[in-house]
Amino acid sequence: MRNPLSDTIVNIPPSGIRKFFDIVQDMPDAISLGVGEPDFDTPWHVRDEGIYSLEKGRTFYTSNSGLKELRTEICNYMKRSQNLVYSWDTQVLITVGGSEGIDLAFRAMINPGDEVLIPQPSYVSYEPCAILAGATPVIIELKEENRFRLTAEEILEKVTDKTKILVLPFPNNPTGSIMEQEDLEAIAKVILEKDLIVVSDEIYGELTYNGKRHVSIASIAGMQERTIVIGGFSKAYAMTGWRLGYVCGPQEIVRQMTKIHQFAIMCAPTTSQYAAVEALKNGDEDVAMMRAEYNRRRRFLLEAFAEMGLSCFEPFGAFYVFPRVKEFGISSDEFATWLLKDERLAVVPGTAFGKCGEGFIRISYAYSLENLKVAIERLKNFVTKLQR
Amino acid sequence: MEKRDELLTLIEKNSRIDVHELSVLLGMEEAEVANTLSALEADGVICGYHTLIDWSKTSNEKLTAMIEVRVTPQRGHGFDQIAERIYKYPEVTSAYLISGGFDIMVILEGRSLKEVAGFVTDKLSTLEEVISTATHFILVKYKDHGTILSKKYEDKRELITP
Repeated sequence: MRNPLSDTIVNIPPSGIRKFFDIVQDMPDAISLGVGEPDFDTPWHVRDEGIYSLEKGRTFYTSNSGLKELRTEICNYMKRSQNLVYSWDTQVLITVGGSEGIDLAFRAMINPGDEVLIPQPSYVSYEPCAILAGATPVIIELKEENRFRLTAEEILEKVTDKTKILVLPFPNNPTGSIMEQEDLEAIAKVILEKDLIVVSDEIYGELTYNGKRHVSIASIAGMQERTIVIGGFSKAYAMTGWRLGYVCGPQEIVRQMTKIHQFAIMCAPTTSQYAAVEALKNGDEDVAMMRAEYNRRRRFLLEAFAEMGLSCFEPFGAFYVFPRVKEFGISSDEFATWLLKDERLAVVPGTAFGKCGEGFIRISYAYSLENLKVAIERLKNFVTKLQR
Repeated sequence: MEKRDELLTLIEKNSRIDVHELSVLLGMEEAEVANTLSALEADGVICGYHTLIDWSKTSNEKLTAMIEVRVTPQRGHGFDQIAERIYKYPEVTSAYLISGGFDIMVILEGRSLKEVAGFVTDKLSTLEEVISTATHFILVKYKDHGTILSKKYEDKRELITP
């Protein structure tokens, strides 16, 4: 038989996370700090609304762009959280998770040979999606001394005549790093000067701590017209399994994204859309409760790291910490593998999120304090052994 | 949420968290936490540190009854005096003034049906101001003080996800 496969996809390596998942699967006594999703259940009133929509028989397709009511609620949310005005019927598209938004944005904008700037460490799908869309990904290696924030100089180092898109993955998975107003203003200048389009993945936008509210790059002067904001319900409302996200952006880009969505997906799940309307209307308190709980866990972990002599910059977003393990003279992969073998504790090596994640591990605090305490004991045992 | 209120919600769920851990979780100094706690105790905001026990899982099973009581309020004292006569009984664990179809909700813990019945017929009903009572026995406690008693938390997530 002839080779049935596409060379493009065959040449893309599988996600580095997969390998660990396979090992952990075979260890029934292992505990994990390796998940990228909330431990909370979707708030009951939101689930109830989904159930109610099913009882009412709302089981048909919605329009390609999504329910009008949901798109309107998203516009209200963008207004109240970022003071950004979007038109519900031309600038908003409901997607199957934030992930679909990333894929659509690349496919709608990229011509062969275009370069996409991707800061790493970051979520695993930007690079493969850019390649699948025909772009050349160009990696910007974020640095710990900058607290993994992106600087104007770093963009300038990598930008060429072919650069078209900058991915902005903040609040960041896996580092927990955020970009504050002044950080964004500094890079906005370069973005304007180099005429770049920004794909801003703000899926963790509701999860920032210690009073540092998330600022969208679209709210910086001159940026809204060149920014695709990607949002979703998974992280803020603990709705990962509902597979629901959205994009807000300039009409001409959203129109083309909608076309791809229309042919590839048709529409996002109807039940999820009804539930999401309820989440946006009445979910602020749930988010505040979860945010407060994450913040306590974040403080707990940072304190525990300090006590065991594990260095870690203070992250203010998402639900990850990214401690440094370079000092122990082994690779991230070895650290994670041995930690799993010796102490039955699973974490994700930083390299799963880009080469420059070497020397770090990602620890998720989407776990109850009770569980974190048990896990931290195991980590401490391991680190103490290495320190000897 | 104010730090003070956050502290209260934390110890409302788990009163055994020590001052050091509270200081870490809340991002406060230990001394500040200790002082706040003392002040809250002195002001009567913190009224006690109790333990939530599911007695049905012990051999010392208890019976909980909720009793709706209708009473005649007294001139000058309203419901307070009659409420006091009722809540002073040690077997009464809670007593609330209620709006609606009756006046006072009494929650009672007894060792047996006989004991609860005895309380209602001998003590409660014989009070001059009590017009009527309706006793409800709790059959199963599903959730108490925000805690689901029957089920343990189970992590349903995949072990590692991006």
